[in-house]
Amino acid sequence: MAPTTSTVVGVFAHVDTTVRALEELRAKGYHDLTVYTPLPVHEIEDVLERDRPVSRVRVFTLLGGIIGLIAAWLLTQWTSLTWSLFVGGKPPIGFPVSPPYIVIMFEMMVLFGGIATLIGMVVLGRLPKFRVSPSYDPRFTNDRFGVAVHCAPERIPSVRDILGGAGAEEVRA
Amino acid sequence: MSVAGPRHPGTPTYGDVNRDVLATLRPPGNLYFAWMSIVGLLLTCFVLAWTYQIFIGMGAAGKRTPQMWAMYITTFVFWIGIGHAGTLISAVLYLFRARWRTSIYRGAEAMTIFAVMTAGLFPLIHAGRMWFAYFLLPYPNQRELWPNFKSPLVWDVFAISTYLSISTVFFIVGLIPDIAALRDASTGWRRRIYAMLSLGWEGSDSQWRHYRRAYGLLAALATPLVLSVHSVVSWDFAMALVPGWHSTLFAPFFVDGAIFSGFAMVLILVLPMRYYFNLHAYIQDRHLDAMAKLILVTGLVLTYFYACELFTSWYSGDHFEKASLFWRLTDTYWWALATMYFCNCVAPLILFWKKARTSPFWLYVVSILVLIGMWFERFNIIVPSLGHDFYPYTWGIYVPTITDSTIVIGSFAWFFLLFLGFIKVMPSLSVVEVKETLPPPMKDATHGAHH
Repeated sequence: MAPTTSTVVGVFAHVDTTVRALEELRAKGYHDLTVYTPLPVHEIEDVLERDRPVSRVRVFTLLGGIIGLIAAWLLTQWTSLTWSLFVGGKPPIGFPVSPPYIVIMFEMMVLFGGIATLIGMVVLGRLPKFRVSPSYDPRFTNDRFGVAVHCAPERIPSVRDILGGAGAEEVRA
Repeated sequence: MSVAGPRHPGTPTYGDVNRDVLATLRPPGNLYFAWMSIVGLLLTCFVLAWTYQIFIGMGAAGKRTPQMWAMYITTFVFWIGIGHAGTLISAVLYLFRARWRTSIYRGAEAMTIFAVMTAGLFPLIHAGRMWFAYFLLPYPNQRELWPNFKSPLVWDVFAISTYLSISTVFFIVGLIPDIAALRDASTGWRRRIYAMLSLGWEGSDSQWRHYRRAYGLLAALATPLVLSVHSVVSWDFAMALVPGWHSTLFAPFFVDGAIFSGFAMVLILVLPMRYYFNLHAYIQDRHLDAMAKLILVTGLVLTYFYACELFTSWYSGDHFEKASLFWRLTDTYWWALATMYFCNCVAPLILFWKKARTSPFWLYVVSILVLIGMWFERFNIIVPSLGHDFYPYTWGIYVPTITDSTIVIGSFAWFFLLFLGFIKVMPSLSVVEVKETLPPPMKDATHGAHH
């Protein structure tokens, strides 16, 4: 791949220095950032999430839940009709639903919704990831925060200055 | 560590958390293998007893009409109840932002899954011909025979399999970033396995963004699930007309008892973990205190339910209900009832004292008594009720046999085998969530003040 973009990585030991670097980068117009954190940090999320929509995982959850609910409704109603028996003086099915089937519908809604949420997280988070990103560092799951800036090659020196000036322990391109 | 900021000298840093959690995975010592041997021995007895039961038939388990549920269903309900604390901690307490959950939730979640896996054995053992267990599931078949979805037993199949699946999803999602931390700290074949299991997690902002949202949504889904599972289990009884079972009290009564026994089991697992892994910096006295308070509260609520149960039976004016109650309190099984009242109503009262709430010894004693009491609670619901229903000619008492006693004891071995295995291959403390409760590293001291 032609090096049309380069990546500069700054390694930080502190949350406030990371936030300072992010604020500065955004102020200077660098928006193509990847931030690595060992844990979700409010201060960093506050900066990053400012102009982003809410994660779409919830769409997966909603669809999964609705599919589960409908599937359970169809399953219980249809199977009751294939062998129509009046039990305890009650008709085999009810409309919109027989009360006993609500339990099945609830469980299937939670089951499908939960699995869809997992799928949503995996798909949207681009997992599984088979190759380690070049900007990744094992310290980022321990006690360091990483800011990777994707920029044009000629901008590397100025990005280095911003990261170093904000208090990065280490900057590499 | 070059970490400044407002930090107490004893507070662990992020690096300490990684180090201490990884230290729990060091090759185990002799004590561990000694425990594993005992567990293995009991599990062998369990397998032999089950094999014998399959060969001889259900009579080997002391099953005679009317006592067809006996110890197996008792132990099934007991284990399902144990399995409640985990998802309660990881879902309900997550939504309520109870921060003391962080250091115990991984162990509790593992406990939940293993407890439900243990519980799941009992319907199979109880069914006798367990190779037909798939009849429980709605699978397409030529004769178009389907489960009766109006039956509480089928609801139970759905409730428990959903609970197992969702608890497992929760557990796995929570583990992903932690396994990534393990991967980055290990070498060789372990590194390759952990790399696969972590799905290549890097902790980038976009991964965390979806992760956090997914975790919150799972917690929101699992919260009603926690309450529903034991309610559905209680309806196995409450939907029947048997005196002693047919009560609208059962759902909340069961859920409360489940949380009560679940927390007792969490303490039984967490206290030795804290001692042997030297996790005192993470599992502090205030965590034990919080758990003890929950046990105390649920114990008091349970006492209230017991009183309600007695009162409603008496006040119902129903002849069979009253006769069943009187028989239960005074005849063959009175000692089981007395044990239950002592263990569940009297023993937890010691937790009113702060000293007892933070003393590992007293917590351990109370937890064991609670587990015994809760096992007897299910026994007292099932056995005396079935033994004394409407017609005198259907009355009968149940006597345990060696076979079913071995299987019940062996189920504990199965549970502890899974748990002991788990603590040596996976982080039994959440790396990420423990870090979340620590003050974040700040260069400029004034910034940390708002936490």
